[in-house]
Amino acid sequence: MAIAVYKTSRVIVQGITGKEGRYHALACRDYGTKIVGGVTPGKGGQDVDGIPVFNTVEEAVQKTNPNVSLIFVPPPFAADSILEAVGSGIKIIVCITEGIPVLDMVKVKRVIEKESITLIGPNCPGIITPEASKIGIMPGHIFKRGSIGIISRSGTLLYETADQISKVGLGQSTCLGIGGDPIVGTDYIYWLEKFEQDPETEAIMIVGEIGGDAEEKAAEYIKSYVTKPVFAFVAGASAPRGRRMGHAGAIIMGKKGTVESKYAALKEAGVHIVENPGYIGETIYSTLKDKYHFSI
Amino acid sequence: MKLHEYQAKELMSLYEVPIPEGRVAYFPYDAWMVAMELGFPVVLKAQVLTGGRGKAGGVKIAKTADEARDIAQELFGKTIVTAQTGPQGAKIRKLLVEKVSSIKRELYFSITIDRTIGKPVVIASKRGGMSIEEVSEQYPEDIIKIPIDPAVGFLPYQIRRLKYDLDLVEQEKEISKIVSNLYKLFMDKDCSLLEMNPLVVTETNHLVALDAKLEIDDNAIFRRKEVAKMRDLTEYDPDELEARFAGLNFIKLDGDIGCMVNGAGLAMATMDVIKFAGGSPANFLDVGGEATPDTIAKGFEIITRDPKVKALFINIFGGIVRCDKVANGILQALKTVEVKVPIVVRLTGMNREEGMEMLKNSGLAFSVAQDIKEAAHMITQITRGKKEESLKNKENNNNKKEK
Repeated sequence: MAIAVYKTSRVIVQGITGKEGRYHALACRDYGTKIVGGVTPGKGGQDVDGIPVFNTVEEAVQKTNPNVSLIFVPPPFAADSILEAVGSGIKIIVCITEGIPVLDMVKVKRVIEKESITLIGPNCPGIITPEASKIGIMPGHIFKRGSIGIISRSGTLLYETADQISKVGLGQSTCLGIGGDPIVGTDYIYWLEKFEQDPETEAIMIVGEIGGDAEEKAAEYIKSYVTKPVFAFVAGASAPRGRRMGHAGAIIMGKKGTVESKYAALKEAGVHIVENPGYIGETIYSTLKDKYHFSI
Repeated sequence: MKLHEYQAKELMSLYEVPIPEGRVAYFPYDAWMVAMELGFPVVLKAQVLTGGRGKAGGVKIAKTADEARDIAQELFGKTIVTAQTGPQGAKIRKLLVEKVSSIKRELYFSITIDRTIGKPVVIASKRGGMSIEEVSEQYPEDIIKIPIDPAVGFLPYQIRRLKYDLDLVEQEKEISKIVSNLYKLFMDKDCSLLEMNPLVVTETNHLVALDAKLEIDDNAIFRRKEVAKMRDLTEYDPDELEARFAGLNFIKLDGDIGCMVNGAGLAMATMDVIKFAGGSPANFLDVGGEATPDTIAKGFEIITRDPKVKALFINIFGGIVRCDKVANGILQALKTVEVKVPIVVRLTGMNREEGMEMLKNSGLAFSVAQDIKEAAHMITQITRGKKEESLKNKENNNNKKEK
């Protein structure tokens, strides 16, 4: 089953005529994703290697009937692009763009909450259901269809985690990056609920980062609602306090947002902690085999 | 981007928020002049971009102009060391000299973005003058939190609540104007934090912003040119600035293993894995999605400039950036920058084979690791070996001396 995106998902790409938009639209199509159209204002009527380009999302929706939009629009215009997708009735939106002003996201957040939109990102690698649909910028070949769901804040760490899981002979049901910004569309809890309900997912991996309290909140949720085995790694054990570690959201303020506080909360919720990121695959494999008696 | 207190106060003053009379001093004599002009006593406040400067000795009171000059003399050249600055501290280059206000009560007021609810939130308290973290631990009932719906703004009933909860009925007009203007400032300038701690009620029952802190959202700087100009470049580490101009995300640390990684999350995890292998990272460096020969060369240059760096760890997971492109970047960069320390490379993801092939055929001595834990193991072996070597050399030297 997997979650949110399937072989049948129909995707439009906003910003498809830009360098990144074009490259990744075609890479997604090569992976097997149904890219049905693209949007770039002023370039309507053109095509990107056979993919029709429209001036507005409205028009793209009428002509191509998509249910997902993938956004590569530059930061000053990205929030507007998200809202354009919302306004045109698209319910699943994946925004890759990094560097959107926080106050723009405040507005976006307010609108999507009222309209029950699933926004993934911004500042994220996207979402993939291996061997079915890739809607994002991840290298597709490292993912293998299987039973582990992955939720990550970071892009490259999602790849690292998926790669390790594939290499020990396991695979993934669906993997996504929720985004490294202070305000993102959907949080761990939203996806934990989806993975808990998905029959194909048998275990869940959380890849966290210092800063904020999203991991602590996730821990509270897991404690009450998640019955499947959950694993977690939180990056930044060696990060200095008060410094922003690349991602706009990755900063330790005072005692808040530390790896220690996140691990304490997760441990209490019964989550298996992988402290050393070199051993994610091995730990998941041995725990599932020995403790949960998975036949691997 | 953090602003200095005097810059924050200038902006607040443009929004008609009352601030103490004062001026910036760059030399001890400036402090003398400003003190003469303002009258006594005056307070001298170090302008450094870190919290906790009062406790670190950066705020002093002078009763005469001569005293102001002497204190300024002492403060200039001093470094303020706080948890945020790290051990190297922040050098004092500017002082804000202000007339001392008569204080009846100290309050706390701030606006920030609550990440969880995705909205601006006003936080206020009757207990100003101490850190808000302390207040929230000791007197949680004294903290007022008001989330603001950005579609309708800071509403009159919310402001009324502040007035009653902060006991400011007498200052009703002032507090209404101050907080609604500050909310406007927060939105107009794309702030991520606006704080007055304390906001004081003076002996004459007026409100004054005694201290002010402003941080601007880095992602919004492109549309806030007037604020971008206020960036104080002297407050940044020169290597970090150089990296920023080259499009790299670099933070200096104090270990001996240089790191070059793509992606912020993987860069953090790389530091972690080094730590778990018993090593110590010299930096955080995210080369981002554009690993061109130029940016990689700049990265090499900045990392190896630090004499503590004994080895270099390149960890690339090709996604947006393909491995062959990165390998080419590394090889090109090594033509322009001489890297004398051993390099361990871990390259995986998109076009991994092509990239590895290029590195192998280059004739240069790379150690190639299969995965992140092997790489961390290899690199810590190298730095440990170096340490033993240098210890041996020291011993040898000592032996020679003894002979």
